[in-house]
Parts: sequence; C-alpha cells; structure tokens
Amino acid sequence: MSGTGASTGGGGREGSGRDETARLARLRAGEDEAFEELVRAHSGRMLAVARRFLASEEDARDAVQDAFLSAFRSLDGFQGGSLLSTWLHRIVVNAALMKLRTRRRKPEQSIEELLPGFLEDGHMERPAVEWEKGADVLAEREEVRTRVRASIEQLPESYRTVLLLRDIEELDTEETARLMGISSNAVKTRLHRARQALRGLIEPHVRRSAP
Amino acid sequence: MTCREFVDFLVEYLEGTLPEPRRETFEGHMHECPSCVTYLDTYRETVRLGKAVCADPEGPVPEDVPDPLVRAILAARRGSDAD
Repeated sequence: MSGTGASTGGGGREGSGRDETARLARLRAGEDEAFEELVRAHSGRMLAVARRFLASEEDARDAVQDAFLSAFRSLDGFQGGSLLSTWLHRIVVNAALMKLRTRRRKPEQSIEELLPGFLEDGHMERPAVEWEKGADVLAEREEVRTRVRASIEQLPESYRTVLLLRDIEELDTEETARLMGISSNAVKTRLHRARQALRGLIEPHVRRSAP
Repeated sequence: MTCREFVDFLVEYLEGTLPEPRRETFEGHMHECPSCVTYLDTYRETVRLGKAVCADPEGPVPEDVPDPLVRAILAARRGSDAD
C-alpha cells in the first residue's frame, strides 16, 4: 500500500445536506454526470479504505469497483439517514471483506516475536519502554503516520482485519465475529494479539531515547 | 499477579469488564511494576495512534485516484445498465 490514508492529500469535503439531497435526486434520475461526480468525489477515500484491508492493489481497486456497483444498485434503498460518504464507506468495507473471503488464504507469518516475552516466573523478559510523546502528538508527524500505516499493513491478514474492524471501523465484537465468520472469543483474542503486535512494530520508532 | 497474567487481563481491565477481586489484584500489580504500567500506557496509545492515523472518514480525499479506475467504474455502470 502506498500510504494514501484519509489524512493525506488535498481535496474537498462533502457538501451540505441540501447538496446531498440534490445529488441523490440526480443519481436516482440516472444522470451520467452525477455518477461521475460521485465516483470522482469518493473513490480516493474508498480506495484508501480498501487498501487497508487488501494487500494487493488490484484487489483494492476491484473492491472499490464492486462497492460502487453495489451502491448504484442500492440507491433507491438509501434512506439519507447518513451521509453518502458514510454509506459508501460501509459498502466498501463489506466489499473488501468479501474480496478477502473469496481469495485463497496464504499461510500467515508468526507474530510471536512482536509480543512481549516472559520469564519462567511470569515477569517480562525486557521492561517496557515509555514513548517519547502521546498518540495525539505523534499522529501529527508524517513519518509516524507513514510508519503506523505500514505497520498495520505488515500485520498478517487475520490480525489486520480484526484490528481494522474493531479499532478503526469501531464495530463491536459480535458484528466483527459475524463478518469474519469466527467466534466472539476468537475476535477478542486476535484483537489483543494484533494490538500487541502493532505496538511491537511501532515501539522502536517512537520510544523515548535513553537520557 | 505476574506480568504475564497482567498482560492477559489487560483488555478486560481497559474495557471495565475485569471482575473484582481480580481488578484489585490487577491494580495492585500496577503499584509494584512500573514496566507493566508502561506496557498498559503504550498499548492504549497504540490503539489511539491507529485510530488517529486511519479514522478520518471526512478527511481530505487522497490525490492518487487512478483515472483508469474511475473510468472502469463508470463503464461497468453503463454495462450493468445495458444488461
């Protein structure tokens, strides 16, 4: 993935509620220009979301295309209770998950070395090290943002997916379990390991230097 | 409580679902083990950092939208309309 998270790049924000209603009416009327505007306005953000879930650029683009086609078919059912962007966001997440399900799963790399090690008596092998700053401050640094995105991508797929659904998409455990076809307990265990592994990947780049 | 157990119970503690008296034991371990306190803090910061970096659905649009993708979507729509 080429680091195109939602926080990068230029471009505009979504229009007002009145703009949304007008756009929706044009879409429902089948206006070609309205569809093109919609795709141009939202495809970048949707591609960024799909890339988080899918390591292959081709799969990410396919997911965005599938999502738009699904959205076009469901336009009449869109109630307008949420923003178009929120609706499209949900659809592209589902399209990306569908893509993950239909692909043959590759053997995953172990994350054990990223988890804390313990001595026989249960103490940590190495004491945890404080970070130089809090998350809010670190997130303002481009090199940290790039590193965090790359670290999320680096997680094996089953861990990355659960972390994205729970911590980024903020779905609850049961919904995540349903979408991934695993038990709630498996979601909890995997999420904990995914967060620990992500922490292990980020730490060397943000740890407080020795005085 | 050992550090290993502390890490095992960390999620339940953060979610407020760790039952007494285990919660008390968990917090007791925090008083005697600065490393586990740091681990808990940085674990929590990891989650916050991930959210801060990724979660901005209303943020600016990335600039690198491939034009062929846009054209493919629009062509596919026209194709599906024609079906």
